[in-house]
Amino acid sequence: MKHDLVLRVVAKLFLPFILLFALYVQFHGDFGPGGGFQAGVMAAAAVMFYALIYGLPEARRVVPERIVEAMMALGVLLYLAVGIAGLVLGGNFLDYFVLAQDSVQGQHRGILWVEAGVAITVSGVMLKIFYMFTDRGQADE
Amino acid sequence: METLIINVLLVMMAVTVAVLARVRNLFSVIVLASVYSFLMATVLVALDAVDVAMTEAAVGAGISTVLLLGALSLCKGEEAKPLHRPWLPLALAVTCAGLLTYGAMGLPPFSDPQAPIHTHVAPTYLKEAVVKTSVPNVVTAVLASYRSFDTLGETIVVFTAGAGVVALLRRRRRPQRQEERS
Repeated sequence: MKHDLVLRVVAKLFLPFILLFALYVQFHGDFGPGGGFQAGVMAAAAVMFYALIYGLPEARRVVPERIVEAMMALGVLLYLAVGIAGLVLGGNFLDYFVLAQDSVQGQHRGILWVEAGVAITVSGVMLKIFYMFTDRGQADE
Repeated sequence: METLIINVLLVMMAVTVAVLARVRNLFSVIVLASVYSFLMATVLVALDAVDVAMTEAAVGAGISTVLLLGALSLCKGEEAKPLHRPWLPLALAVTCAGLLTYGAMGLPPFSDPQAPIHTHVAPTYLKEAVVKTSVPNVVTAVLASYRSFDTLGETIVVFTAGAGVVALLRRRRRPQRQEERS
């Protein structure tokens, strides 16, 4: 699909909106449907879309494998860090009430970071699996 | 009206599954599975479970279709004929379906406010979540705050799945010694 002009142009037009929608789902998860998991999947889908149209090497150049692998672990660590922050600030593990002066503000802060962790891990894992599958196919040909 | 829409969608899902079982071309199988996921997502929207519907559409219809197509490019496009007649699996599946249907008949009627699940912790969540977290979407409040241990476990499961795929599929360079031997 690398040489199809229509696909290439349409993909470039679509990508910013897909990524923007992923961010919207991430940060609007408090008010509407969505959250970290869905947003992570959408961000990964945007990169997969790019890889399908422009080819895997091009996508690897934009989102290198090292970053994807780091993201897989980073999200889980971020989630655990929020939990430990609760411990350090004098609450229980994953206690958000102590994360800020105001307990409601603390809940907001906790949910924000926890959702960010989920999104990072999910998009990292999805992308990594996609990279591995597609890479295998290309090398065998 | 809503019941009618849901029933029509469920009939379409049943038809999709019937066709899925018949078809031998793997590409059609993947596309039909994606169609099934989209129908499921629509049913979930009709049931007002938008969060789940969004996940179903993104993961079931989107990512898994892409991954299955990627896997398809590694193998042949036609499913091989089974060596044995699948009577035993069929009997097992029918028995399971029968047991599940029997169990489902004992459930309280759909959206019954007196059902046990709606009288235990759900009212507390609905009343307290907005006050305590000021997050209007109770699903997010429950997932990320009340049940954050659960969500942490889920995130670790996703990570483990990714790590498992990496461990299985990573191409490593063969150690020098082995090559010398062979």
